[in-house]
This record gives sequence, C-alpha cells and structure tokens, in this order.
Amino acid sequence: MIQTADLAAISRRIRARLVEMSHVAETPHLGSSLSCVDMLVAAYWGFVRIDPRQPLAPDRDRFILSKGHAATALYAILAERGFFDPALLGTYNEDGAALPEHPGLQCVPGVEAATGSLGHGLPIALGMALAARIQGRPARCLVLMSDGECEEGSVWEAALFAPAQKLDTVTVMIDYNKWQATGRSDEIMALAPLAEKWRAFGWEAVEVDGHDLDAVLAALQRRPDGTGRPRAIVCHTVKGKGVSFMEDDNNWHYRIPTRDEVEKARVELQQT
Amino acid sequence: MRNAFAAAVTDLAAQDERIVLLSGDIGNRLFDTFRERFPRRFYNCGVAEANMTGMAAGLALSGLRPLTYTITPFGTTRVIEQIRVDICYHNVPVVIVGTGSGLSYASLGPTHHSCEDVGILRCLPNLTVLCPADAMEVRPLMEAALALPGPVYVRLGKKGEPAVHDRPPQIEVGRGLVIRDGTDVCLFGMGNLVSVALEAAKKLATHGISARVVSMHTVKPLDEALLRESFERFGLVAVVEEHSVIGGLGSAVAEWLAARGPMRAVLEAIGTPDAFISTAGSQQWMREQFGLTPDAVAEKILRRFRTLR
Repeated sequence: MIQTADLAAISRRIRARLVEMSHVAETPHLGSSLSCVDMLVAAYWGFVRIDPRQPLAPDRDRFILSKGHAATALYAILAERGFFDPALLGTYNEDGAALPEHPGLQCVPGVEAATGSLGHGLPIALGMALAARIQGRPARCLVLMSDGECEEGSVWEAALFAPAQKLDTVTVMIDYNKWQATGRSDEIMALAPLAEKWRAFGWEAVEVDGHDLDAVLAALQRRPDGTGRPRAIVCHTVKGKGVSFMEDDNNWHYRIPTRDEVEKARVELQQT
Repeated sequence: MRNAFAAAVTDLAAQDERIVLLSGDIGNRLFDTFRERFPRRFYNCGVAEANMTGMAAGLALSGLRPLTYTITPFGTTRVIEQIRVDICYHNVPVVIVGTGSGLSYASLGPTHHSCEDVGILRCLPNLTVLCPADAMEVRPLMEAALALPGPVYVRLGKKGEPAVHDRPPQIEVGRGLVIRDGTDVCLFGMGNLVSVALEAAKKLATHGISARVVSMHTVKPLDEALLRESFERFGLVAVVEEHSVIGGLGSAVAEWLAARGPMRAVLEAIGTPDAFISTAGSQQWMREQFGLTPDAVAEKILRRFRTLR
C-alpha cells in the first residue's frame, strides 16, 4: 500500500508540471487544475481500478473529468500513472498534437470521455453505470466536477435519476474551490449548502478537506451503505492550491505564469 | 409510425441484447411488451432529456446500442448540446428517435411542433438523418439504423399516417426510394409528406404531367447519384416536406445543387414557412394554411412547370 507521504510527493510533482505546462503552452485554467490535483491523486492511486496496460478492459472502473478545463491535471496524472509516455506532455496544445486544452476524444489512453462543456460528465457516467449493471460487470464510475459546474441543469437531472435507479456504483467528487470563472460560486448562484443539496436529491453526501489525502481516500474507499444511494464527496479546496501566490486568487483562472513565476512555484513545490 | 416503431424495436431487441430503450416519460403503454420482455433494458428517464441523451452516450461508450425516444423537439432541439457533444462528437451508435415530428402534434402548439429539427441536426458531423415515409418504412430503417456504427436521428410521425407502401420495402440508407416513376417532373418527398407527394402526383397526372415520386428517407447522407440523375433527366425537381424551407431537405438539395452549377432541372422547394403558428388547429388545417395538401402541392408544381415551357 502506497503511503500518504508518497502521494503528497506525487501531488507536488504534478503541480509543478501543471505550472510548467501552462507557461509553455500559454494556456489558462491553472488555478482550476491545481485545486483538484489531490483529489485526482487519491482517485488514481487509491480508488479507480484500472490497469494502464489494459486501458479498455471492459470491467475497469470509469473515471470522467467532467470539469474538462482541468485537462492538464488529468493528462499529468495519466502520464504519471503509466498510461502514456510523459514526454507527450511536452507537446500539450501544440498544433496538431494529441493533447488539446480540454480532454479530446480518445486523445490518450485513459481518457474515457471528451469533456469541456460543463454538466456532461455525470449523465455519461450514469449511462456507463447502467451499462455495467445490464452487462453484469463490476465497473464503478467516478466523476470529478467543479462547483460552478453544479449550476448546470443537466447535473441535477442526473442527480434525480441516479438514486431512483439505486446506482450506488456511482461516486461524484466536487472540487468546491468557491470560485468560478468570474466570481464567487456561492454568490453568483445559490450553490451553498452544496452537500445538503445532494443529500436532498437522495445521495449519500460527505464533506472533506479536498487537500487532505487521507480524508479524500477514506471518503472514496468507504463502501456503499447498502441503501442504494449514489455517493457525493464535496471536497473543500483552494483554487491555485500549492503555490502561495496563486492560492485563492481568481486571477489564476486565466493568468499564465511567467518563467520567473514558474521557478518560484517550483521552489515552493520542492522540485528544484 | 410509432406503433410500427414499438413493434420493430421490440423484435430487434430480441435479436440483439445490446439494445436499450430510453424513454422521456412518454409511450408508457406503447412499450408494455418491450418492458415485459426486457425489463433490464427499458428506462423511463423522466422529464429530463439532457440526462437521458447523455446517458445514451455513456451506454454506447460501454458497448450497448441505446435509443432515446420522446416527442421530437424535446429529444432533439432541446438537447442539441448533448446530441452534439456526447453523441456526435463521441461518434457513438445512439439512435435518437423523435415522435410526432413536423406538425403531427399541430394542436399542441409550437412548443410541440418540429419544423427545424432536420435543419439543425443535419449540421452535426457523424449523424445520419432518417425520415421514414410511413409505418412500412419504419421497420427496415430501424433495422438499418441499429446496424450503423455511428449516431442516427430517426424522425417519426405519430400514428395512422396514410400508407405509402403496402408491404415493407427494400431500403438502403443513403439511397432514395423511387415509389412511382414518371417522365416530366420529379418529387422528392420527406417523411410524412411522401404520401402527399404521391397524391399530388396523381393530380398532376390528370393534367397530363407524369411525375416520379421518391421517398427521400435518408436526408443525410444525401443520395447524390439519384439527385444527379433526377436533375439531369427532368425539367423540374420539387421537394415536399413538413419542415421549414430553411434547413430541411429542400435546403440540403439546394446546397447540393448550388455547389454543382446549373443543371437541367430547376428546384421547387415546398415546406413550412419561416414562422410559428400559434393559433389552434389540426395538422390537416395547418397543412392547408401552408399549402402542403395534395391539391396545393400539385398546383404549385403545375404553375412552376408551365413557366418552363
């Protein structure tokens, strides 16, 4: 069993890589990517049953990054987890290359669905969960969404459907970093209390510190309680987490780090 | 058409255990047999079409052959985003079935009309667009739709449409079906107006004009060989559809024609106007308002035909 300290080291390495990718490719959404790194690490090293050597095995668990704008985080995680050669990350966003700013269709092994438009991941995952039930396969489905994404109506259509079908193989993780593109997610829409909303829709909802790897792992690894309820894990996070001058500063939704800022971030992330 | 659809999909589900039927809270009694025989493969997805459409993509990504079924505007234009991204971009074999297309639900008002669906959907890459003319065309087209490797939109009427065929025709996706041959004009009918085109052809015959009638059941991809042959052989080609003149089969044919330069035939596009109709009225009454009855269609063609002499 991998130790939390090792996972924390992976998180730091991935964060440094995201800062670098944003700088080199001049792409935004760095703050949004940094906020969900720990959730992704917990998911890919402590929950999702996928063999990188058999990325299309029918029984595999399905992970969908529904907040597709955090694509760099997914790409870096998949590379680190062995789905493809990390050298490919160096081609991110280049003309004609495999890795666009939002996860492209089958762009690399391990990307289950092309996302980018918000509110699509959960319905697709419910379809996959229904398919697993029909086919008698053990596959579980995990969806990572953003808090702003919970403003999409399709999310709540899906939220109503899953408990009705007792789809307890489905887990939703919400990266609740309290920001969306242009403001506070609790002010632009009445998002809070978010966990209570999921509970009211028939989900088993818990709230954790989304940067506490042990807490996220524990929430993910908790077995369904037998009531058939799907599970929502509301992860309280900090946008831009891991780089002091980016943390909770929404300018980093769009800002691109300079070379100097990349170096500062590397020092903070112990990657020198 | 919808009863023929329910019967066809039930039979096909018996042969192919990958078939899963998703319904948007309609057709409950219609699918009683399906539900009884395949309880694990029928889901009433409620009044939540975006989720239904996204789930269909998820089912297909896992190797199943899902269909979505609801009233046309709710399963198509309402969820164009999910159709575009989840189904067409992923290029998965989902069959989107719209029932009550065109003005089939005339009296329910413009919320339930669909005279823009083909125009909007045929822009989408990877999507095949099928419009059966009558109940007899439904079964072979459903069979074909469920055998295609990518997404399909099937545009159904409701029930009790006049029969165009007396037995199920041999149908190939992408190949127009000549129902009646003629020598003077060619009528391409789409879906539930093929029967009107056929009646119009009979009226034209009384004026000494011999009309070919084609069921253009596949709007995308267009049968280019048949179009070329028709535009070269006839002086007048008409399209008749219960769909807006903007974006429908008439538009598709016009786009094709414009890209190929002048051909022998001129095009007469007959469809619904660029307007909503908000007064009460039956399908028949609305067809009368829009000039979509056999008499009105024959009259339009006659007038145009005479200008060519």
